[in-house]
Amino acid sequence: MTQQAVATFANVGERTNVTGSAAFKKLILAGDYAKAVEVARQQVEAGAQIIDVNMDEGLLDAEKAMETFLKLIAAEPDISRVPVMIDSSKWSVIEAGLKCVAGKPIVNSISLKEGEAPFLEQAKKVRRYGAAVVVMAFDEKGQADTAKRKVEICERAYKLLVEKAGVPPEDIIFDPNIFAVATGIEEHDNYGVDFIEATKEIKRRCPHVHISGGVSNLSFSFRGNEPVRRAMHSVFLYHAIKAGMDMGIVNAGQLDVYDAIPAELREACEDVILNRRKDSTERLLALAPKYKKTGEVADAADLEWRTWPVTKRLEHALVKGIDQFVVEDTEQARLAAARPIEVIEGPLMDGMNVVGDLFGAGKMFLPQVVKSARVMKKAVAHLIPYIEAEKTAESKAKGKIVMATVKGDVHDIGKNIVGVVLQCNNFEVIDLGVMVPVQDILKAANENKADIVGLSGLITPSLDEMVTVAEEMKRLGMKIPLLIGGATTSKTHTALRIAPRYDGPTVHVLDASRAVGVCSQLLSETQAQGFEADVRKEYERIRVERAGGAKDNLVALAEARANGLKLDWKAYAPPKPKFLGVRGFEDYPLDELVERIDWTPFFRAWELAGVFPAILEDKVVGESARHLYDDARRMLDRIVKEKWLVAKAAVGFWPCKRIGDDVAIYADEDRVEEISRFHFLRQQIGKRADRPNMCLADFVSPDADYIGGFAVTAGHDIEAHLARFKAAHDDYSDILLKALADRLAEAFAERMHERVRKKLWGYAADENLSNADLIAEKYRGIRPAPGYPACPDHSQKPELFRLLDAHGRARMSLTESFAMLPTASVSGYYFAHPQAAYFGVAKIGKDQVVEFAHRRGVDVAQAEKWLRPNLGYEA
Amino acid sequence: MTRAEKAALFRKLAGERILVKDGPYGSMIQTYKLDEDGYRNGRSFNMDQKGNNDLLNLTRPDIVGEICQAYIDAGADLLATNSFNANRISLADYGIQTMAYEIAKASARVIRERCDAATAANPAKPRFVVGALGPTNKTLSISPDVNNPGYRAVSFDEMRDTYREQIDGLLDGGADFIVVETVFDSLNAKAALVACSEAGEARGEDIPVMCSFTLTDMAGRNLSGQTVEAFWNSVRHAKPLTMGMNCSFGATELHPYVGDIQSRADTLICVYPNAGLPNDMGAYDEPPEMTGQLVGVWARNGWINVVGGCCGTTPAHIAAIAKAVAGVAPREIPKLGARLRLAGMEAASF
Repeated sequence: MTQQAVATFANVGERTNVTGSAAFKKLILAGDYAKAVEVARQQVEAGAQIIDVNMDEGLLDAEKAMETFLKLIAAEPDISRVPVMIDSSKWSVIEAGLKCVAGKPIVNSISLKEGEAPFLEQAKKVRRYGAAVVVMAFDEKGQADTAKRKVEICERAYKLLVEKAGVPPEDIIFDPNIFAVATGIEEHDNYGVDFIEATKEIKRRCPHVHISGGVSNLSFSFRGNEPVRRAMHSVFLYHAIKAGMDMGIVNAGQLDVYDAIPAELREACEDVILNRRKDSTERLLALAPKYKKTGEVADAADLEWRTWPVTKRLEHALVKGIDQFVVEDTEQARLAAARPIEVIEGPLMDGMNVVGDLFGAGKMFLPQVVKSARVMKKAVAHLIPYIEAEKTAESKAKGKIVMATVKGDVHDIGKNIVGVVLQCNNFEVIDLGVMVPVQDILKAANENKADIVGLSGLITPSLDEMVTVAEEMKRLGMKIPLLIGGATTSKTHTALRIAPRYDGPTVHVLDASRAVGVCSQLLSETQAQGFEADVRKEYERIRVERAGGAKDNLVALAEARANGLKLDWKAYAPPKPKFLGVRGFEDYPLDELVERIDWTPFFRAWELAGVFPAILEDKVVGESARHLYDDARRMLDRIVKEKWLVAKAAVGFWPCKRIGDDVAIYADEDRVEEISRFHFLRQQIGKRADRPNMCLADFVSPDADYIGGFAVTAGHDIEAHLARFKAAHDDYSDILLKALADRLAEAFAERMHERVRKKLWGYAADENLSNADLIAEKYRGIRPAPGYPACPDHSQKPELFRLLDAHGRARMSLTESFAMLPTASVSGYYFAHPQAAYFGVAKIGKDQVVEFAHRRGVDVAQAEKWLRPNLGYEA
Repeated sequence: MTRAEKAALFRKLAGERILVKDGPYGSMIQTYKLDEDGYRNGRSFNMDQKGNNDLLNLTRPDIVGEICQAYIDAGADLLATNSFNANRISLADYGIQTMAYEIAKASARVIRERCDAATAANPAKPRFVVGALGPTNKTLSISPDVNNPGYRAVSFDEMRDTYREQIDGLLDGGADFIVVETVFDSLNAKAALVACSEAGEARGEDIPVMCSFTLTDMAGRNLSGQTVEAFWNSVRHAKPLTMGMNCSFGATELHPYVGDIQSRADTLICVYPNAGLPNDMGAYDEPPEMTGQLVGVWARNGWINVVGGCCGTTPAHIAAIAKAVAGVAPREIPKLGARLRLAGMEAASF
């Protein structure tokens, strides 16, 4: 489904027009194009969806000015993202403009003023350059003022354009002329009505066209009284839009909400515009001074919602995520209700339904939904004591869902988001937390008579644990739906490995936005069967495709090894680290990490797609992203100032030697006493000539070299704050803090790597890179992490942690599935060779697994369990 | 057959089965390992010509023909001319800008001959010649001078005239259609479309034109900053025979963008991706079966009408693609509602 907003009314920014803006004219005449470009930027920021550019001024070379300005704004992505309206009464200026615009612009305007032949000639050129076109209601006899003339001229132009010039009707925009009203001249009194009526009739007679107009002309006689002008424009638009006007040249930053205009002013404007009474001009003139200076029109709107009825206020607070007044409003609603439960079932659920609908329709995004949930939770928390005192049956939820992050895994940001979204949609969620053993999950499901079980996990060993849960559920004869989610899970894995192990419906849920749909369908009496059948069919198809599809083309381990990366070790002098052994970093300063944060994954965690910082200006998610970013920066300030988190690290360097696909670690430079060994895996995917089958060991010299290791965390002491948020029913802050801690840990790993390159190992002492370059990894050396593509085996972490004394030096530990604690942690190896690069091991063959098991000293079944996601064969 | 009739036939065939486009010339030419003399083949020039692949249309039409034949044999229905840089602006790098028309014409002639022979041998599988317009080495949207963002190294009129000369050469040499490909600057493409429309007017016929966008970043934009949808809005007035993408990345990376544009463009979709991403040596190593598999997914999704290969693909890739899409129903062209579809760098519909 398209995310492109389809607006019903298009605001065309009017300030980049020398005929309409004295300030802009002054800038252009003075040749100050830099400031003139800023005017365009402000227009777009204020919400203009198209910007009108006009350089018609006697003192200017209008063609040149049009070209210069359009070329300059083409270099500004935040301006040039919107289409341009090339506005001139001279054709030569328009054509000059058309040659500067990469997108599809609007030409403003052509008309029948000079007759049909030039009109058609210009229309043909407009078409050739690929522009839409504004046609003025103007013919050989002059500009149309009455509704009848406006309609006549536009219909004539429509026929010519569509039948003779091949212009698609939807690319035609008629401007039936907005003239000033309330001028004191009686003939002008009906101009507003003429425009509105003509609009209605043109839309009827000329299908698919658009109607536009320069709105500020209307209030020309009230120059100097902005509040009244704004009110007139809003009232006029309110009626003209109803009649079919769908585009307007307006000052986008200065329109009032029709309902928010004080009633007496609104009525006086309406009288003038709709020509409802003889004395309407006098009455508006009399009223005008009263409103001249005040900004109250706008201010009144801000807190106006506080005057609404309490049910509406609750809805507003939920939709906007405002928790400031929610307890008092909830209390008021409770006093008015017969029973406290009715407040939840009534206004609160109504409000959450609005939120759910907006989210479902893509009009609201995850961070806002989570904020709404916070408001909801506060309201419910206020009501619960009353409900319990009453001891009534609990509110009837759509269904009960037991959720857990499986044993051995500690990651729960995604799971918590899913939980919040489900609760918003009236599901009861029983969240068992993280590292939940299979027995506890099954016990909770039975005791609570759960309708659905949801499992989450981030690291690959969790995939196996999910299979275990599915097998246990089958053994106990359970039939309720099982949902699978989390970063390493996939539809393919679910279809191949989990679904066949369980009898009930097993469904992979890609992200939080899908969760509601899946749960609703699974628990719907009418849809459940069809949905389950569809899923089963799809998963069966995946299994068949997998079974029949092309097998990974793996080469034998010996062959892959023979085709390994051959570095010239004779020409390489391994740089020696500044120290050997391990060094700990206690309480690393957080402010040093803040600027290293890579924000893009942060937004991804909130299901906002886009690259930072462009995402902040994104048309669809930009607003949501900006609010989230503001909240994140605010919390980050407190995290640093009030020391909410403690960062620690352990970094070590050791003399080493490459032995086959292993790297042997030695006690000292003699390289005799081996103290440890890292076991790496080699790519076995068939390669084309001159592409090696990579293995991390290839980056290490077989003679004498060094290797590093690290474990960093930014997650100590987080629990106290999370507990505080939980107590305040504040999921939003809870998720935000966890996501920020993750980002800080990543930033810490990045910062530490930089220090290693420049100082601690010191092989790139004069490196000088920007943060963007750092994020783009434009430096020498790599820091691959166990469990990630270059070394996908999580089970190497215990040995790395032991060597680093990560527990002693950084208070870090591992779960039985090798997840790190605290959760916000990163660990890995350092390789310094200039050609060291990231790669993915991908699928490996049984020969390597057998040999790997031997190298690790475990049995093959154990090795297969560790390497399951990488097995290129059926184990 | 007139060009309009050729286009009608092409549309009809593309409604029956997925058509296959050829692969690139540059990497195939490299395999001939030509030296300076090899490029010149006895002709004299003031500047070195080694690497001037467009010149080979004149000096070594046998090589160009052989490559074309390899693509024909691989099953391509649509064969492009080796004329990516056969324009005045790009050829200036080799000091032979005045030969642009001659080279363009020769490039079309050699492909025309091979295609006519193949069609005569198997009339059930007609082959079409499309004259290829590259983006040139100058851009109308971006200033080469960082201190002067309003500066342009070339004007719209120069660009339009450059393209007009190339288009005339290609049409005179026998091209059925024109493809504006590897569009990194949408305004360059618009100049090409204006030139095409003017050339058609001068000849008294409509010139069927294909538009092919190229992504320069993973955020789905070209160098001038446009999104695929915005580009489509910007060229839709030319009623393109096909809309699509080429070059950019491999099929894996293009996947979401193909899925997106195929739902928005009410014309045939033509995509010709690279053979994956270049490795650290700048070479492509995605095997033909893999490319075939990836575009096979698009075919089964009902996303494409015409598919071929760009950088790094070979006749073996084209054969694998042809095999992967054989028997799969082509995409149906969607009907779009009447809406004012504008574009800046992003699309905006009203």
